[in-house]
Amino acid sequence: MKDRVIGQSVPKYDAGPKASGLLQYADDFTLPGMLYGKVFRAKVQAAILLGVRTERAEQLPGVHAVITAKDVPNNNLRARFGQSTDVGGQFEGLYRVLAEKEVRYYGEPIALVAAESPDLAEQACQLIEVDLQPLPGVFDSVGAMEPGSRQVGEKPNNIASHFKIRQGDVDQGFAQADVIVEGTYRVPYQDHAYLEPESGLAWSDDDGTINIRVSSQVIEHFREVAEILNLPHSKVRYLGTWIGGGFGRKEDITVESYLALLAWKTRKPVKLTYTRAESLLYHCKRHPFQMEYKTGATKDGKLVALQARLISDCGAYSALSPWVLLYATVNAAGPYQIPNVKVDSYAVMTNTAITSAFRGFGAPQANFAYESQIQKLAHILGLDPLEFRERNYLQTGEAFATGWIYERPIPLTELAQKAWSGLGPLGSAEGGRKLGRGVAIGMGSYGRLTFLHDTSRSYIKLELDGSAIIRCGVPDVGGGQGHILCQIVAQELGVPLERIKLHITDSQLTPLAGTTTATRQLMMSGNATLKAANELKKRLLIKAGQLLNVPIENLIITLNRIEVESSRKEGVSLVEVINRLSGEGEELFVEAQFNAPFTDIPASEVLQGQTHPDFTFGAYAAEVEVDEQTGQVQINKIVAAFDVGKALNPAIVEGQIEGGCIQGVGYALFEDMAIHNGVIQTPSFAEYLIPTAVDVPDITVILLESGSGVGPYGAKGIGEPPMVGIAPALVNAIEDAVGVRIADLPVTPEKIRMAIAQKPEGKR
Amino acid sequence: MSRTIRLTVNGQPHQLEVEDNDLLLNVLRERLDLTGAKYGCGIGECGACTIIMNGKAVLSCLTLAVLADRSEITTVEGLGDYRNLHPLQQAFLEEGAVQCGFCTPGMLVSAKALLDENPNPSEEEIRQYLRGNLCRCTGYTSIVRAVQKTLKPAAKESHPKI
Repeated sequence: MKDRVIGQSVPKYDAGPKASGLLQYADDFTLPGMLYGKVFRAKVQAAILLGVRTERAEQLPGVHAVITAKDVPNNNLRARFGQSTDVGGQFEGLYRVLAEKEVRYYGEPIALVAAESPDLAEQACQLIEVDLQPLPGVFDSVGAMEPGSRQVGEKPNNIASHFKIRQGDVDQGFAQADVIVEGTYRVPYQDHAYLEPESGLAWSDDDGTINIRVSSQVIEHFREVAEILNLPHSKVRYLGTWIGGGFGRKEDITVESYLALLAWKTRKPVKLTYTRAESLLYHCKRHPFQMEYKTGATKDGKLVALQARLISDCGAYSALSPWVLLYATVNAAGPYQIPNVKVDSYAVMTNTAITSAFRGFGAPQANFAYESQIQKLAHILGLDPLEFRERNYLQTGEAFATGWIYERPIPLTELAQKAWSGLGPLGSAEGGRKLGRGVAIGMGSYGRLTFLHDTSRSYIKLELDGSAIIRCGVPDVGGGQGHILCQIVAQELGVPLERIKLHITDSQLTPLAGTTTATRQLMMSGNATLKAANELKKRLLIKAGQLLNVPIENLIITLNRIEVESSRKEGVSLVEVINRLSGEGEELFVEAQFNAPFTDIPASEVLQGQTHPDFTFGAYAAEVEVDEQTGQVQINKIVAAFDVGKALNPAIVEGQIEGGCIQGVGYALFEDMAIHNGVIQTPSFAEYLIPTAVDVPDITVILLESGSGVGPYGAKGIGEPPMVGIAPALVNAIEDAVGVRIADLPVTPEKIRMAIAQKPEGKR
Repeated sequence: MSRTIRLTVNGQPHQLEVEDNDLLLNVLRERLDLTGAKYGCGIGECGACTIIMNGKAVLSCLTLAVLADRSEITTVEGLGDYRNLHPLQQAFLEEGAVQCGFCTPGMLVSAKALLDENPNPSEEEIRQYLRGNLCRCTGYTSIVRAVQKTLKPAAKESHPKI
């Protein structure tokens, strides 16, 4: 069937139920006799935990359980990365359910309460007493690495992980350079700020199985929860809900280990939904990085050397920090051909909020630094920034800094030019404000690290009336991760979209499809579903060929029918083919598995060769107006251009780019998380400002379809890559407008105003 | 202390015993099983709990249930269901304005209140009216486009950017 459904912007499967208010999110579920859970947390950044007294809380009428570390069967887990590959100590960390003997950060969970109402649970928490001996906090990630610094956790020198890139010889490279620029860049914490706070509801079955209905990007966490409870993996079941925004934060365990413990202890259903303040104050953030860069180029505009030192603050427990650091390291030199590269990167533990996965996963941080350096070099060399980039883009068949030779298209020249020209004629600034424009490029990986040996499974069943059922354990964060499987089945098997039923995220009844992280689901579950559909298609065509007496090569599947391609009137209905096969004892169901490209586990901290299945490339251009008196920035226009491989549903693809872009605008300009001595000072959306409808312009999206992706139909992943590139594009535009270049995000009006005031007289 | 309130929600009359400090959001969600309005922040900053009360968009997380006595309320469930979608809901579907969907009920209700007040808003007026409804997924472009799509043709012409 030629592009009938694939490539069309059909409304997605879940859009109708969501728009009518009928779709149930985690907090919308209830059960009779349900209790309410609450987490009691430390109000100190670092301390020895001498004791926890819970008697008064336990005696409060209506309180059914108070749990502390001693009640948790397995309180300390060796944290792995979702699946089972053992990748060595460099990547491991401690996942501690409840504080034990020590407190490492402000807000660390110490006890859990289940009570008959949320108010009672809150009251019970106020009756819990702790004996603490405060310790000096370690709050500065750079200082924390110095000898003599107090060790925050289990890692010597507080270094949770360290990666390197060694390519060529940077000393020789800098010796060849005519121009060398150095810069130190700082990027901040960022909160995911999804609209749905963390939430779940757990209960114990008649046979003691713990069921957890939860908003999670990773239903495979049932294994960790089972280990916490010392239960067989088969006795913990996740029923993932449609997720009200994840962006990486619902990749780590959120409320589910607490829920499981409370349901296991009380044998009653327990609900736990975080307040917005709990979500903002205590959940993981994007890693702040300090990035010291030195980049050299010849006077004819060729990059010759790049040296970088990246330091990320991973907080009190390492969580996914080693992985984020690895991504940042792989991205450190960007999609540029640079013969000599040396990168050293460190994830450092401190007594501050935990940092972990957030859309982009290390790539936006490195991108801000390498693109800032490129812009500075272009200015000094007197070259047009686009032209300077064009002289240095990696070309197909050349190697990334890790030595991985990339054989797919890298259409950055076209993307950046399209984004730039998409801005159209220069506008005029109002009220004496200064107009400026900027452009930047970026790359973002999709698919998990290739040495993790990633797999996904999906199941399709054709019913006797020609309708279809899909079962796939794919968590849906709103990006169409579930819906697109329906479009694939409709495309390949001729089933109308409205006759497809989709089951997702039951860790026992839907085939496991892996995490909705790493921009992997289209490639992984999409390919698994396509593989299953193709197996069914083959069986349908063989039978239809027999019925029509036509070779199967001449047959095509159309809506509800199989037809002879050269004579479309000749054909047979899908229902007839299905029923004939069924009558012969052949039921039409398939479960298929897709395996990502595999590579070996890195032998050392030096990253070499292929690390990811593929990258998505893109460019942003922006026009801003800056008020020199106040430092206020107004964005007039943003144009995004991305090579998406193939847009299977253009509206969904554009939505990912628009949304990622605006999350990047917030990162670049607005989102200023204040942290004082490890304590977050922004507990609500009145202090932590994310973009509203009036803060942002319409975004123009330009899609390029190279067909070169690893996903189905040549599609690339597009969930995370749009976070990359927008911050440097805006900073370049602001510099163009008022002649100051800010190296610390977010670029607040205060920073712009201060930089303008400090500008040497006469310089633009 | 508890009191009896009478109110009409999506055309259905109800009589309920509520506590003085019960919030309207919780009464709608827990007593009337209308879970379309969402808890997103609890302090009126995100708009996910928006409903229409006596013709005005109201944050139900900041409204005491007793204040809803003798009021007429519309929630997202009152706009239309999936067999019979309201034009705004239909436009949200067609323009890809629903991603995670958690802000969608409040966003739709705000958009409905806007169009009830001002049937031909400009893009700027739409953005101003929806500024209290946060969305973290879409970047707002598709939401604004969806609202514009429901406007009468004359209004569309006066805003050629559509």
